[in-house]
Order: sequence, then structure tokens, then C-alpha cells
Amino acid sequence: MDSFVLLKKTLPTFIEKLSDEYDVFAPTRKDNIFEYKLISKPSDINLDFVNSRLPPKSILLQQTETLFKFKPGRKGKILPKEISEDKKIIFAIRPCDAKSFSILDTVFDSDFKDPLYLSKRENSVLIGLSCNNPGVNCFCTSFGDSPTSSKFVDILFTDIGEKFFVETISDKGKKLVEKITDLFEKATEEDKNLKDSAEKEAIDTIKRNMKLEGVVEKLDEIFESQLWHSIAMKCIGCGTCTFLCPTCHCFDMQDEATLKEGARIRVWDSCMYSEYTMHASGHNPRPARMNRVRNRVYHKFSYFPKNSEYTACTGCGRCIEFCPVNIDIIDVIAKVREVKV
Amino acid sequence: MTENPYQPWIVTIDEIRNEVIGERAIKTFKLVFQDEEVKKNFTFLPGQCIMVSLFGSGECFFAISSSPTQKGYIEASVMKLGKVTSALHECEVGDTLGVRGPYGNHFDVDGWKNKNLLFIGGGIGQAPLRALINYAIDNREKYNKLDIIYGARTTGDLCYKEELADLEKREDSDVHLSIDVEEEGWNHYVGFVPDNLTRFDPSPENTIAITCGPPIMIKFVMQNLLKLGFSEDQIFTTLEMRMKCGIGFCGRCNIGNLYVCKDGPVFSYNQLKNLQGDM
Repeated sequence: MDSFVLLKKTLPTFIEKLSDEYDVFAPTRKDNIFEYKLISKPSDINLDFVNSRLPPKSILLQQTETLFKFKPGRKGKILPKEISEDKKIIFAIRPCDAKSFSILDTVFDSDFKDPLYLSKRENSVLIGLSCNNPGVNCFCTSFGDSPTSSKFVDILFTDIGEKFFVETISDKGKKLVEKITDLFEKATEEDKNLKDSAEKEAIDTIKRNMKLEGVVEKLDEIFESQLWHSIAMKCIGCGTCTFLCPTCHCFDMQDEATLKEGARIRVWDSCMYSEYTMHASGHNPRPARMNRVRNRVYHKFSYFPKNSEYTACTGCGRCIEFCPVNIDIIDVIAKVREVKV
Repeated sequence: MTENPYQPWIVTIDEIRNEVIGERAIKTFKLVFQDEEVKKNFTFLPGQCIMVSLFGSGECFFAISSSPTQKGYIEASVMKLGKVTSALHECEVGDTLGVRGPYGNHFDVDGWKNKNLLFIGGGIGQAPLRALINYAIDNREKYNKLDIIYGARTTGDLCYKEELADLEKREDSDVHLSIDVEEEGWNHYVGFVPDNLTRFDPSPENTIAITCGPPIMIKFVMQNLLKLGFSEDQIFTTLEMRMKCGIGFCGRCNIGNLYVCKDGPVFSYNQLKNLQGDM
């Protein structure tokens, strides 16, 4: 890992240089909502944010995406889709959201490979921005991560006042900085100390904590617990938690067609909806809200850890902040631990 | 597999057989890959599934109901129920569809060598069992006795009638049919499939029981098999769920931490017993 500094006033030049070669996605602000968007100029960027409303997963796993096109009907044929190799940069991605891509990799790069997600993933460089001021519902530290973690990014920026402390992590990140090395200065011991104190301060800001010890094993024992009914009583099944979750990846596939042309598209779906699992026969394995709430919690905190090295939660806090009926996943997991077997 | 796993191969409908007509219509579609290379290289084993597309209507997951010993084509039996299956039922011979797969695991055709095979099917649930029955008939020396317990609501709802009649005639296989409600001229069992199983009283010795049908039927068939002395590792079923991708990405077909599309669809009673999840 190499450390540099970039003067804040040099950031626009840096972004312009990147834009020569890459599509640059960065936080932008509209009213009070931040969103990662393809930017056309450095001044589109606004870094005065805790995190974006919608996670940047939407850049690699688009909400709606064409899988291939076809000529519709009973004499149909396929018009193959070219997989895009466009190079992307996600600038100022938060460490928790960067982690979500490592979690999603375990889904889309497993027994089968999803070339649509994976080609975008391979052609993307993640430039992280440490959270100097984590939000009230942030709890990434519960997963052993840090608001200034460099583990899941290619390059990490940390705001240290007049400059950014820049760490190049992966080969991808190193190569990128090498090409425009004249914009950077070598970091001094003092810069490093400033980063360390920013990290310490940020960690101290995080007040919420999810205790995960024994949760996978406990969930095995409480599938039939009354707890799921009581949590589901509150839930209105709106699906906000799933749409805003950086690790939720479930999708629907639909044919959109006129008489002459059509496309098979995938579109984000939500396990919180009853149609999601409804069979054509009318049988539904998850007919009640209880089944769906329970499945969501199990998918993240039991099935994912059983099938991969990750819990499918990064502690970003979006589902807590935006749940219209205040279901709090930290509270749910605390209750799981409290249930008497 | 094509590079884009969502993109199917094109097949031509070579033949359509009406298995059941009326409200709960079932048709068997015989499908031939248009690309000669794909036709030659598409291999599967009984129990595996395919995604069938009608472009513009959508895609559904079906068990392959033919046996890999039936060369040059694959078959899928489709009940007319939802949007895609209703549109499929409008198709004619010569029309083109998309097929991708094969997906999922399969029946343990080699591990069950020299065993008696007991099939317990209900309605359209006979489709995946038919793949294995035909496979066993074509590899007859590999297996011992074949018993087929099969039932439907009415005589009109029974699939594969001609093939079942042929199996009945053979000396090395027996067929035990049932319908739910009495009909004139019916000289087989009247009642539900799990009861017909108990009445038949098969010996568990050296036998593998394979069941498929509506979820409620599977549940009672398994209970009755246990009562008949079958051990938990002698009982197998093949399951279905609503599916979109068929390859473990889209999320909806899980039972516990397993996906029916890629970890199933064939499960032993042992596996299911230890699996907590919504079925």
C-alpha cells in the first residue's frame, strides 16, 4: 500500500483526468437526496454527505437491465446482447457500500457466472471515501469493518482538512494513480497521523452496535418462534428495506415486447412482496408477511453466512433510517439473541 | 452454455401431444434444437430441468419429462395455468421457442443400480418421474422391479396414458392407478395417491421411493412411506418453486439456504427433514 496526498483544490483536475478514460460516477445532490450519478464535470460532485439514499449497487446491478433482445412471437429469434466493457469509476464510494460488491460477487460469481454484473465489476475502479462523520444509524464496526476501511476499495481517500490522504490498495488502484502521479505528493508522517486521528474520531462517533456472536446458530433454533409474527405485525411490506439495501440482489425477469421487437429484462424485485414466490397454481410458500420478514432476516444472517464468508449486511443503516414503521434490524437481531429456546 | 447464461438456444416444436384436455389442460412439447452442435452436445440426466421461453410472453422452469436415452430431442409437459403456459398452449408444431439448461441436480441413476424403483406421482407431478421411468425401461438390466403408483383427480387428468398402458403390459413393471372420485367404468383404485400407496403396501427392501406431485400429496406420501418402513434415505422427491433465473441469482426459490434451481430439484427426505424453510 502506498500513501499520497491530493490537495483538495486539485480534485477537479484529478476528476477531469479520470473522465478522459472512464465513466465517472460520483455523489451528486438533488434537494436533500444524494445519488451516485454519471457526472459530466467535476462541479457536479457534492461530497457534503453521509451516504447516498440509493446504494451505488445500482451502477453494477442496474435496477432495470436488458438481458438480450428478440423478435417476439411463435417464430421468435434472439438478437444477442453485447456485453459492455465500458470502464467505470465509482468515486467517493463509502467503505460499507464497497464491501457490498464483495458480498454480491459471491452471488454472481459462483456456480454460474453473470457476465452482465461481472464485466461491469471487472471494469470498475472503486475509489473509496472514508466516513469522517458516520450517520446515527451506521454500524459497520459491528462487522469488524471501519468507516475508513480500505479493504474493499481500490483506492481510499480520507479527508484530512486541506487535502485528501490517498491510499492505493489494489493493482488496479496503483496503476490508476501511476498514470497521473504528478497530481499527487508523497504523504508525510503528519498526514498519516491526521488520517489515523480521523479514523479514531469516526469510530468513536459510531454508537450503534449489532452483536452477531452466535446469531447463525441461534437462528437455526428459532425458525418457529413467535418473534417473527410480532416483527411482521409492524411491517407494511413496502419493500423499502430491500430496494435500499446494498446487498439485496433479487430480481424479476420479464419480457417487454411490441409486435415487432422485444427484450428480456431483469428488474429489481423484493422478497417482501407476496407475488415474489407465488406459484401459478396459487400455492405460495411464503403466503404471510411473517414468512417474508423471516426469510429476509434469515437470508442475510443465516443463509448468506452458511453459503459464503459474509453476512449480507454491511451496517450502512439505510433500512433502519428509511423504514416507514421503524423496524430496526439491530433491534431484530438483539431480539433474536434474547429469544429463549 | 452460451456466454450469456440468460440467453437461450432456439428449439423447434417437433410434436405436441395432448395429455389432458379441458380446464387443467396438459400438453407435452417435443423440442428439437435448431443448432446441430447444441443438439449433439446437450446432455442431461433424469430429474434435471430446463427454462423454456416463448419470446414476448416469458420464461418458465420445467422438468425435462423425456429420458436422455430418447436421442435427438427433449420433452417438457406443461399444464396451462399462468401467462406463459397459457401462451405455450397456443403454440403449434413448427413454432420456435427458447431453451436453456439443463439445470439442477438429478436422480442418482447410478447409485440406484440393482434397486427396486417405486414411483409415486400425482397429476402433472408425473413429468419428472416419467424421465426416470423411461430411462429405467431403456436401461432395464440396471434396475430390479419398477412399480408406478400414479393418480389424478379424474381419468381425464391422467397424463401419459398410452405409456402407462404399455408399462402395465410389461412383466417387469406394475402400474397402480387411482382417481380421486368414482367414475363409471373405472376398475382401479378410487381415492388419494397416499392412500393408494398404503393399500399397495410395497416392501421397503432394496427399494428407492421417488415421489412428485402437489406439495400436500408429497407430504402425505412421505409420511406413509415412513409408516411402511422406508428409511429416510430411501425416500426422494423433486420440488418446484417459482423461478426466474434458474441459476441461483434471482433469489426466490430458496428453501432455507438451498436454492431449488441449483441445489435441487431432487432432495432426499433426509435433506428436507433437516432443512428449515418455507415450502
